[in-house]
Amino acid sequence: MSLATEQASPAASRPAKPKSKRGLEQRPGLNRWLPYALLAPAVLLELFIHIIPMLVGIWMSFVKLTKFFIANWSSAPGVGLGNYKVALDFNNAVGQGLLKSFGVTVVFSLVTVAFSWVLGMAAAVALQPEFRGRGIVRTLFLVPYALPAYAGILTWNFMLQRDTGAVNHVLDQLHLTDGKTFWLIGGNALISLITVAGWKLWTFAFLTLMAGMQSIPRDLYEAASVDGAGNIRQWRNITLPSLRPVNLVLVLVLFLWTFSDFNTPYVLFGTAQPPAGDLITFHIYNASFLTWNFGTGAAMSVLLLIFLMIVTGAYLLVTGRRSRRA
Amino acid sequence: MGPIRLRRSAEARDGTRESDVRLRSLVAAVAATAMGISLAACGGGDKDDSSGGSTGDQTLTYWASNQGTSLDNDKEVLTPVLQKFTQETGIKVNLEVIGWNDLQTRIQTAITSGQAPDVVNIGNTWAASLQATDAFLPFDGDAMTAIGGKDKFVPTALATGGKEGTDPTSVPLYGLAYGLYYNKAMFAAAGLQPPKTWEEMVAAAKKLTNPAKNQWGMALAAGSYTENVHFAFINAAQNKADWFNGDGKPTFTGDGNVQGVLRYLDLMQKDKVANPSNAQYDNGTKSVNDFATKKVAMVINQNNADSSIVANGMKAGEYGVVPFPAPAGGEQVASHVAGINLSIFKNTKHKDAALKFVKYMTDAQTQTTLGKPFSSLPVLKDAKPVFTTDAAEAATFQDVYNTKSKPLPLVPAEDQFESTVGKAMNAMFAKIATGGTVTADDVKAALKTAEDQVAASS
Repeated sequence: MSLATEQASPAASRPAKPKSKRGLEQRPGLNRWLPYALLAPAVLLELFIHIIPMLVGIWMSFVKLTKFFIANWSSAPGVGLGNYKVALDFNNAVGQGLLKSFGVTVVFSLVTVAFSWVLGMAAAVALQPEFRGRGIVRTLFLVPYALPAYAGILTWNFMLQRDTGAVNHVLDQLHLTDGKTFWLIGGNALISLITVAGWKLWTFAFLTLMAGMQSIPRDLYEAASVDGAGNIRQWRNITLPSLRPVNLVLVLVLFLWTFSDFNTPYVLFGTAQPPAGDLITFHIYNASFLTWNFGTGAAMSVLLLIFLMIVTGAYLLVTGRRSRRA
Repeated sequence: MGPIRLRRSAEARDGTRESDVRLRSLVAAVAATAMGISLAACGGGDKDDSSGGSTGDQTLTYWASNQGTSLDNDKEVLTPVLQKFTQETGIKVNLEVIGWNDLQTRIQTAITSGQAPDVVNIGNTWAASLQATDAFLPFDGDAMTAIGGKDKFVPTALATGGKEGTDPTSVPLYGLAYGLYYNKAMFAAAGLQPPKTWEEMVAAAKKLTNPAKNQWGMALAAGSYTENVHFAFINAAQNKADWFNGDGKPTFTGDGNVQGVLRYLDLMQKDKVANPSNAQYDNGTKSVNDFATKKVAMVINQNNADSSIVANGMKAGEYGVVPFPAPAGGEQVASHVAGINLSIFKNTKHKDAALKFVKYMTDAQTQTTLGKPFSSLPVLKDAKPVFTTDAAEAATFQDVYNTKSKPLPLVPAEDQFESTVGKAMNAMFAKIATGGTVTADDVKAALKTAEDQVAASS
């Protein structure tokens, strides 16, 4: 995206300059205020929906907002960095819990993003050539994305039950297992969680990559096949490099979404979430809402925010430098 | 509605780049609840206008917990009772029935936002924790007189209303107690007598277990942290162990606590009288259904199981109830003082009307009307249980409630005790069910973690 704007700006700005100057002189009042008026609703909404709650959250992380004070927020005493100390004291139960949850979330995010990306890419490549019924298959692939998250995850919950679930039934019929596997408790919970989250996400990867592929000129492939390049070679040398800007954004967005996924564990496990499926947002929710300790919860949220900002910044820095070099 | 709102806010968050998640769900939940209430208030106002409204706009908002077989069933049962109240006093009541999974979050949101109903049902075990928020009206001398005086209540039931030595911020509404339900036909066929000790119970359960036929001695709601923590409490109490000391500090790792928890876990682990699948039972209804459909011979549940058992086709005479037994030589504690309490939000604009309503809900006649459909024990001193036609069952539960139950810790950290210890037990049951072993040391370590969590946030 940054590439596109850089290329576009020198060409577009030069001829536009004198025009806009003349316009300013003619109707100064309107021209000065119109942009602000048009921006105002968005800025206000951004302020109320993102900025203010975020600032409140940051404030909350510095006060002792327990059940003794939630009826009257403003009376909550400040604790300085106390909440952060509790959250980051890894010798203590709260800190250890947060660290474990962080580890689970990192594994979950990396595997889910990889899983979604590979599936999405495979499906997009498979649907690249024209064939009969392509539209129908495409529509079918979009079902997980169109389905309300709640309904989809709840269906998975039914399918993953031990005694009555479809998954165990099928595995049993195929003589792959004894049909008595626990999917929602114990160690398998992480596998289930990744499967469900990946199932929900891969369609987005598919959709984005498919759209990206539309802009790759056909003749590149034709030229390549004339030169004797096989399918894999074409994918590696044409598809992948052409999709680079798309992939950069896609992987980042997938990572941020999975890392802060709340719906999947919340609906899949309900109140009985297993330690193996203890994702960090859910962990923070429990830390705040079950123990009524909103200060520590807010501190954890801020730490998560800082972590994701660092990851995003580093990612953009590294990938940005590389694309400039390229 | 609560979690759907939360979920919606979570979806909205999914679409954004930033990640300050809990905060945003909180704010969204606050906003959503505020909106819900103002809408409800509008609805109430409209009704007032259309009826002429000679009594002014005295409309109470009442959040009721789920006591019947479904939220709709609760509404059906309560509506005529509330209409009668309106006829008698001219005060209208706006009813919303809230499921158990949502109730605590909804109350939290109400406290935080100040957008609260006038009167609310609470699980009585939350009483001391909610009292600590200072958002509820204390039933001091005047308020207590207005609702009919404290002497009308069963003393142990009223004791759950708040911290000892303070004016309670809730009063008992429906009484509940645990009992051991057993299938009479199965016991007779195996030549067994209803158990009087823990050992007899385990022996009977073993005799009635046959995993090959998918027949089990007992069903446990082993994936429900709220159920699990009750059994942690009761089993520890049978070992004379407490969960908090006099200063309100957690003492989770005592020998009695560890052994009590392990004894309950061993029903699945060592005694193998419960189906490992039970580790996924995240509410009591699932285990009760196994009992009602005769897949298991025994279930330990509160007396409100009756309505579910009957709804699943079992007849009143087919099962018996005895107190949940202690091990030989143990303390005779068979239940915690379970039940539902009624609280008034301090910021209500209709304090007098709310007090009248609490008085009405806890008077003898209303208690009798609601006792049967909600399978509850009367919280009034001289009332007789009406939830069952089985006199022996009624007597057993009344005896457990009045003489064999101990209140859960009446400390502000009680809610944290429930979630930390309950969830630790969920995890240990999961470990057992998936083939792992839980030793006394493991239990102790898990309880130590729970204790640290409670200590860190109090």
